[in-house]
Amino acid sequence: MNVDRRHFLIMLPAAAIAWKYVLAGTPEESPNYKMTDHWWSMLIDIPKCIGCGNCVRACAAENDVPDGHFRTWVERYHVTDYDMVNPQVISPDGGKEGFPAVAEDAGKYFFVPKMCNHCADSPCTQVCPVGATFVAPDGVVLVDQTYCLGCAYCVQACPYGCRYIHPEKKVADKCTLCYHRITKGLTTACAENCPTGARQLADLKNPNDPIHAFLKTHHVQVLKPQMATGAKVFYNELDGSVR
Amino acid sequence: MTRFKDTGHLLRFAALFVMAFVAFLIIRHFVVPKSFGEYGHYRGAAIPEIAARPVHFAGHQTCETCHADILATKAPGKHANVNCEACHGPLAKHADDPSIAPPKLDTAVLCIRCHAASAAKPKSFPQVDADQHAGGVPCETCHQPHSPAIQAGGAK
Repeated sequence: MNVDRRHFLIMLPAAAIAWKYVLAGTPEESPNYKMTDHWWSMLIDIPKCIGCGNCVRACAAENDVPDGHFRTWVERYHVTDYDMVNPQVISPDGGKEGFPAVAEDAGKYFFVPKMCNHCADSPCTQVCPVGATFVAPDGVVLVDQTYCLGCAYCVQACPYGCRYIHPEKKVADKCTLCYHRITKGLTTACAENCPTGARQLADLKNPNDPIHAFLKTHHVQVLKPQMATGAKVFYNELDGSVR
Repeated sequence: MTRFKDTGHLLRFAALFVMAFVAFLIIRHFVVPKSFGEYGHYRGAAIPEIAARPVHFAGHQTCETCHADILATKAPGKHANVNCEACHGPLAKHADDPSIAPPKLDTAVLCIRCHAASAAKPKSFPQVDADQHAGGVPCETCHQPHSPAIQAGGAK
């Protein structure tokens, strides 16, 4: 090929771009897991939750969650008859060791397990200045901890308070929906260890998943629907006082 | 063409611009990770990295491959749908190497975690005030944890 200096210079930028793609190569893929075949979500059945804290302990053990921080936690609501809009909410140590017993039965009590809602239009991923957090093609919101700066914009942006800065790594940390488990065909640690089946991992892209029948026949809500986050953690029989 | 006879300085400026652009592309090539932008505005390689984290809870399917007898004991009882590691704790290491013995369990702690009486729990869930109910007698004296209904002759 006979190229003069002028043409060489003209082709240089295009060649640089092409070379970048040559070097990138093809990505490594899990043998049996195809991201585009899944759209993960979670179903939480409020009437089944007994507030034992098994999910919180299991999550901490599975994901090495530092003490005092939670990827999932359980709140106990107490709604009294005379004030339906200001419930008393407690979550001692995230509900990790359960809740203090209640003797009297005034008003209503219920437990609300909370976790990352793995929003389809998540506010947290939109504010990241470096692209360290993202919605993966299978609908799981993840943090690239090698790329995160620890600026904590996402911690502020999450309307559900599901993120924290890891005290040692100094980067954003959150629920991964046990991504290392669900990609291997296992369920999440919290769902695996829930003794009453109050938590169920669900795949909205799987037509045989029981979630579809459940959503049709039950009163299911997401948290803060007015924020249009596309939350994918579905709560069955959620009380209106839950914020 | 007389209009362009004095454009030499513009071409030199353009060449400088092209050189700066090429320098930008070269620096960008080394600074931006290879898989950035593969699926979106993030590093695509982060996804398999996160998926490669170690598993601690083996999952009940793994337990059942060896402990089919326990599965059969649990099946008719109220604890049929309580997964093994909900009480036994994370045992992926035991599943990989059965010579690693799982830790011994204390029913005095475990049973009460779920079954301690509290008006806050759903009414349909079986609850006991441990002191009144058993008076310090260990739970497994009467209830076999894998199938907790009291059978004739006590726990087996």
